[in-house]
Amino acid sequence: MAQTKRELLVDPMVDNNPITLQVLGICSALAVTSSLQVAFVMSIAVTLVTAFSSMFISMIRNQIPSSIRIIVQMVIIASLVIMVDQVLKAYAFEISKTLSVFVGLIITNCIVMGRAEAFAMKNPPVASFLDGVGNGLGYGLILMMVGVIRELFGAGTLFGVTILETVNNGGWYVPNGMLLLPPSAFFIIGLIIWAFRTIKPEQVEEREYKIQTVEAH
Amino acid sequence: MSEDQNVQNTAPKGAIGRFLAMPADSLPKTLFVAVTLCLIASMIVSAVAVALRPMQEVNKLKDKQVNILQVAGVYDPNVDVVEAFAAFEPHVLELETGEFTDQFDAKTFDDRAAADDPATSVALTDDPAGIARKSKFVTVYLLRDDAGAIDKVILPIHGYGLWSTLYGFIALEENGNDIYGLQFYSHAETPGLGAEVDNPRWKALWRDKKLADEDGLLQITVAKAAPAAGAEFHVDALAGATLTSRGVDNLVKFWMGEAGFAPFLTNLKAGEI
Repeated sequence: MAQTKRELLVDPMVDNNPITLQVLGICSALAVTSSLQVAFVMSIAVTLVTAFSSMFISMIRNQIPSSIRIIVQMVIIASLVIMVDQVLKAYAFEISKTLSVFVGLIITNCIVMGRAEAFAMKNPPVASFLDGVGNGLGYGLILMMVGVIRELFGAGTLFGVTILETVNNGGWYVPNGMLLLPPSAFFIIGLIIWAFRTIKPEQVEEREYKIQTVEAH
Repeated sequence: MSEDQNVQNTAPKGAIGRFLAMPADSLPKTLFVAVTLCLIASMIVSAVAVALRPMQEVNKLKDKQVNILQVAGVYDPNVDVVEAFAAFEPHVLELETGEFTDQFDAKTFDDRAAADDPATSVALTDDPAGIARKSKFVTVYLLRDDAGAIDKVILPIHGYGLWSTLYGFIALEENGNDIYGLQFYSHAETPGLGAEVDNPRWKALWRDKKLADEDGLLQITVAKAAPAAGAEFHVDALAGATLTSRGVDNLVKFWMGEAGFAPFLTNLKAGEI
C-alpha cells in the first residue's frame, strides 16, 4: 500500500476531492444543497453508503466475475441505499420526507460507483472502507460549503435558523431566489473548483489540445 | 508440506473442489456469484424493511394526526398527539351523497388505497386537480365543542402542483363556508418557492376566508393580484411559484366543488350532519 490510512482519509478532502477534482456526484450536489439540513443528512448517507459498499465489494473482489462486475457493485450499493432510506423513514421521518427522492438517487451517485470501480476492486477491505469514508467526507465538505451559501443568501437561514430576516417575514433581506434553484449550485461549484485550483495549481488539468501557431502567408 | 496438498492444488477433487478452482470469469461461477449475491442482498433488504415497518407506520400516522391538529389550530407540542387526537371524530364520508357511511371502519379506512381500488373509486374525465382517480369515500374529521355541537370539520384534499401531488387538509368552521385553515402534509415542491406552501405566514392567509358568496357560488381563488372586490374570497399566490399556486387553486376549487365536498357542505349547512 502506497498510501497510509491517514492519507486515505484526508486526501479526498482537498487534494483529490470527488467533486472538485474528480468532478463526480455533481448531479446530487445540485439537488440537495438548497437547505443545509438536507445537505448534511445526504452527506452522512453518502459517506455511509460509499464506505460500506467499498468494504463489501472489496471483500468479495476476487470472486467477482469481471463480465458482471458493474451489476454486482450496483446490487450491493442499491441494497445499502434502500437500507439507509428505510432507517431514515423509521428514525428521522421529518427529514426523510424531503430526502427520500434523493436518497434513492445515491444508487446512481457517480462517487459511490467510481470508488467501487477505481479503488475497492483493487484494494483490501479496510483501505477501501477508509477510502469510502474519505470520499464521502470530501463530498460532504463541498456540499456543506455550497449549502451554506445557498441557504444563507437564498432563504436567509442556516440549518433553518433565521440569520437574515427576509422581507417575506417582515425583515429587511430580499432573498436571492435563484440560489434556491439547482442551476445556482453549478456557478457555486464552478467558483469553488476555480478557488481550489488557484490555491493548488497542480490540480489544473493539462489541455487535451494544443494551440498551434500558423504562420502568416 | 505434505504431498497430498500439492496433489490437491494441481488437481482439485470432488464437485465443490472443481467448482472452487474455476476462474472467476467462468460461466458457472458467474451464475453462482450473481444468484448468491441477489439472494443475500434481497434477504437483507427485506429483513430491514419488515423490521422497520411498524415504526414507519407509527411515524406516518403520527405525522398525519399532527397535521390534523395543526390545521384545526389545537396543536400543542407538549401534549401527547394520540391523546389530543382523541378529541376528533373520524367518519367515512360518501362524497356523492354527502352523508356518512358505516360500510367501513373510519379508524382503519385508507383514503389513498380506496382511490386506487376500482370498486371504491372513479376515473375522472374532468380532472383540474390532476389526480386521475377519485375515491368515492374519504375520511373526514369532526371537532365538537364542549356542548357537543360541531365546531370544525377537517376535510382531506389533494391535487397536483408543479412536481408532486400535494396532500393536505382544509379546516372549515361549523357553517361550512368559513375557512379556518389549510395545510399540506406531503408534497415535493421546490424548496424556497413552491414549498412555501408550508410557510406559516402564507397558511395564515387562509384564516377567515370564505368559500362561496351569498348565492352559494364557489368564489375562493388563489391568484396573484388582489381583486377590487371580494377580498374575503382571495388568497394571494406564492411569489415565484406560479404553477404550485395554480395547483393549489385548482385542487381547492375541485374539492370544494360539486365533484368534491359540495353535497356534504350542503348537508352541513342544513344541519343534517
